[in-house]
Amino acid sequence: MMEGVWAALFIFTLAAFTGYEVIAKVPVILHTPLMSGSNFIHGIVLVGAMVACGHADTLMEQILGFIAVFLGAMNAVGGYVVTERMLLMFERKKPGGA
Amino acid sequence: MESFIKIAYFLTIILFIFGLKRMSSPATARSGIVWAGVAMLVAVMATFFWPGLQNIALILVATITGGAAAWVSGKKVEMTDMPQMVAIYNGMGGGSAAGIAAVELLRGDIHSSGILTLSVVGGLIGALAFSGSMVAFAKLQGIIGGRPITFPKQQLINVILFVLAVISGIGLVVGDGGATMITIFFLLVLAFGIGVTLPIGGADMPVVISLFNALTGMAVGFEGFAMDNAAMIVAGTVVGAAGTLLTQMMAKAMNRSITQVLFGAFGQEEEGGAADGIEGSLKPIEGDDAAIMMGYASKIIIVSGYGMAVAQAQHKVREMADLLQEKGVEVKYAIHPVAGRMPGHMNVLLAEAGVPYEQLFDLEEINAEFSTADVALVIGANDVVNPRAKTERSSPIYGMPVLDVENAKNVLVIKRGKGTGFAGIENELFYRDQTRMLYGDAQAVVSDLIQQIKQI
Repeated sequence: MMEGVWAALFIFTLAAFTGYEVIAKVPVILHTPLMSGSNFIHGIVLVGAMVACGHADTLMEQILGFIAVFLGAMNAVGGYVVTERMLLMFERKKPGGA
Repeated sequence: MESFIKIAYFLTIILFIFGLKRMSSPATARSGIVWAGVAMLVAVMATFFWPGLQNIALILVATITGGAAAWVSGKKVEMTDMPQMVAIYNGMGGGSAAGIAAVELLRGDIHSSGILTLSVVGGLIGALAFSGSMVAFAKLQGIIGGRPITFPKQQLINVILFVLAVISGIGLVVGDGGATMITIFFLLVLAFGIGVTLPIGGADMPVVISLFNALTGMAVGFEGFAMDNAAMIVAGTVVGAAGTLLTQMMAKAMNRSITQVLFGAFGQEEEGGAADGIEGSLKPIEGDDAAIMMGYASKIIIVSGYGMAVAQAQHKVREMADLLQEKGVEVKYAIHPVAGRMPGHMNVLLAEAGVPYEQLFDLEEINAEFSTADVALVIGANDVVNPRAKTERSSPIYGMPVLDVENAKNVLVIKRGKGTGFAGIENELFYRDQTRMLYGDAQAVVSDLIQQIKQI
């Protein structure tokens, strides 16, 4: 158990630094697309919801599991579509730089 | 089988991080989201092979219906409504994390109090992000007004809700749970999320959405710990950290602190709509006079705002700017950091209309130039050109950097009606001596101006 906690703590700290580093020094024009992009990435919650729903036994658990998967899928798909549409704008007008 | 899933998750995380990195530079941004999208697909596919996974039909139906609903709404929505779509999809993610916590708590087969705590905290943050994001969506979509909604003892009620939610959360960890306790816990958190978002004004919404985005990331990370799911831990934590930084950067761009945003509307229950202390009157102008004013100017600065975006006038604006440039007028666009609804939103909209990047200028770059401009043309912008943000301490937007439009020799304002801006406050600029108002839909007004300019 102890080992697991420490490993988790290491993962947590390193992931936090990674997130911080990746975003630092981003031009203002990319704030909105990037927020949208990170919104998409936490759509990974979908896999957790799938596992939770996949282990649901009672009706109540199944209902909640269904809702969790439904919402998670919306997060992932919606986040992707919106982000891609925003970033398409940059692709066309890229020359010249920001 | 298990190691196959682990490898897939590992790949997913690596692609996520590289994707996010690519998204943080304009040149590679597009490929970044595609990378991340592939990663997500890999993770979801792999999860179907999770050992002992039941209810596969249920999962399939939920994934397909949820995904389809989001796909259709995400494709259909206008570019101008993007911010609230981010809010709503983000809320869904928070709700999903809360749903996971609810299932795990109902099952009651978590016996380590440490893991139980993580699950409860993740559920709390997720449910908070869910209800808060829904309020943010409703505000931006205009379902409930953009103004801060305040009532007496609001802060006290929020504190009480929060304390009760935490107490019932602790109860879930130390007690033996039960459906009733779980329901009470989530209801309290949902109410708190609504209560804390209602008093926040529309102008601050971008920062709040970004904050909820970071919170959802954290909730996903916590649930990842509770479920021992490495992909969720890393992706959630990365977004939590990146989102927190992004929130701070956005707040800084608006010269607000996070605490000001969250608690700014408390205690000031004055009606911002009153035009108290403003002298002068609103002076309308005809299209032909405005056209002459612009046609013979040597330098024009265009300040576009959300109103231009709503009217879909960006293409017409560019056409007009091209026409003026042919006549030898120098045209520049001033972009307020939060013009539109969010940082960078206006750049996206103008880029869509084909305005060259070289003509777009940030607030810092352009502010000194207003004094040399003959005409400042304000199209559907309000709060970002309100000089009161610089002088009036009691104003809800006090301290927000604004464009110094009032320094231009003449100010033309295209405005739909006499209403106030998103923050719900009167704009002194419109009453100044050098200001003339062109009322109407931005697209119609600009089309008219184009015709008039052609005739001179």
